[in-house]
Amino acid sequence: MKIQRTIKYEGELDRSLLTYLFSLPEGEHIKRCIQCGTCSGVCPLSIYMDFTPRKLVALVREGFSQEVLSSFTIWLCSSCYSCTVSCPQQIPITEIMYALKRKAIEEGAYPRRFPVPVLAREFYRMVFKNGRNSEALLVLRLILKTSLLKALSYMPLGLKLLRSGRFSLKKERISRPSGVRKLLKAAREVKP
Amino acid sequence: MRFAYYPGCSLKGTGKAYEKSTLAVFKALGLELIEIPEWNCCGATAYMAVDELASEVLSFRNLVLAQRMGLQRVVAPCSACYLNLLKARKAFLSNDPKRERLCSALKRAGWEYDCSALPEVLHPLQVFTEIVGLEKIKERIRRPLKGLKIVPYYGCQLVRPYDGYDDPIYPVKMDLLLELTGAEIISDYPLKTRCCGASLTGTIEEAGVRLNELLITEAKRRGGNVMSTLCALCQFNLEMYQGKMKVNHKMPVLYFTQILGLALGLGEKELGMEHLLYRPSLEV
Repeated sequence: MKIQRTIKYEGELDRSLLTYLFSLPEGEHIKRCIQCGTCSGVCPLSIYMDFTPRKLVALVREGFSQEVLSSFTIWLCSSCYSCTVSCPQQIPITEIMYALKRKAIEEGAYPRRFPVPVLAREFYRMVFKNGRNSEALLVLRLILKTSLLKALSYMPLGLKLLRSGRFSLKKERISRPSGVRKLLKAAREVKP
Repeated sequence: MRFAYYPGCSLKGTGKAYEKSTLAVFKALGLELIEIPEWNCCGATAYMAVDELASEVLSFRNLVLAQRMGLQRVVAPCSACYLNLLKARKAFLSNDPKRERLCSALKRAGWEYDCSALPEVLHPLQVFTEIVGLEKIKERIRRPLKGLKIVPYYGCQLVRPYDGYDDPIYPVKMDLLLELTGAEIISDYPLKTRCCGASLTGTIEEAGVRLNELLITEAKRRGGNVMSTLCALCQFNLEMYQGKMKVNHKMPVLYFTQILGLALGLGEKELGMEHLLYRPSLEV
């Protein structure tokens, strides 16, 4: 058994993530958090999270940047906005979760082969390439990039879709996706 | 009345019954939907997790395409598409630094558009309840849906937080619309805006399926025998994952446009009823 220190010294804290959040529109609202826990209470997924949304906000503010970026919490957020519409301090929590996801992808701080960021990335690529997303092909890419074993568990679902005439392997594509690509590239270039 | 129609990816794939029934109901109500040529994906929640500006640019392109059709209103039936279009529109009309970045990205890509008149974004529910009006729809009901006990389920993204035409936690517009069909409405369903988990059913199945299981179990406990949805992903999750739940309830999950269409007397084929796994039983 490895004996490890379970708390951090103040000198080890890193508030870079907080600074990043402050740079976003309404990002400074995170200062208003009173730690009431309404977000955690209304969140349908907080019961699966390693840190509930309330704890996550506290950790960001104190400077536990690495812990936050590598948490499962941000990937369990389904962007349903119930925290955002319920927060008594009007903190845009869902937008903060999105910002944390972007940072975690940028820094490669998510668990390898963890399906949520993989799906986000594959989705991004598919739309970049074709202008549209093809559902079945996207799921196939997800299986290839995460776990081939999972393919088996998708079989009954595929059969149900087939039976109800909703399964299609057709690649959805707009006739000139280059226009979309040009626009997306331009968006990348104007980054502050 | 003419509207630009933004189907989104799901309505061309697993949600094709939503497209069929939406088009059929609009036609029956004398409204014209014209698909935006060359529309692109709204980016869903995935783009926001990778690149925020890219996500807004994607939706903005669709709004500009609609503008070029000379139409002032875009109809988006999928909740995620609807939210993204609204959000891009809001970012553009606001004064925050995002707007400037959005405009310079468009300029750099050589896009021209008229800033003064960005089309309005509407969900079909809004068109039915606010533009057509409940009175007019009531006059057109041909087949009262006796025997159905409908649980209206709104899901999350439609009513939040950019919308503002219904309550974000306890909306009622779909309840009021479906009441016209003569069916019984279970209006005390407390989970009407609790999230279905979106793509979590495919990524973290245990959590995703469980959310849907709670939604269906409660719908049944409240006496419902059919659930009404207004988002392609909610319908997919609620219907397709029932086999993975502890109890297989075989609860029919319809699009609200299918239910409305049935009451308007439209044919099953027109409404894409053959794509359902579980059919509701209607008294004749």
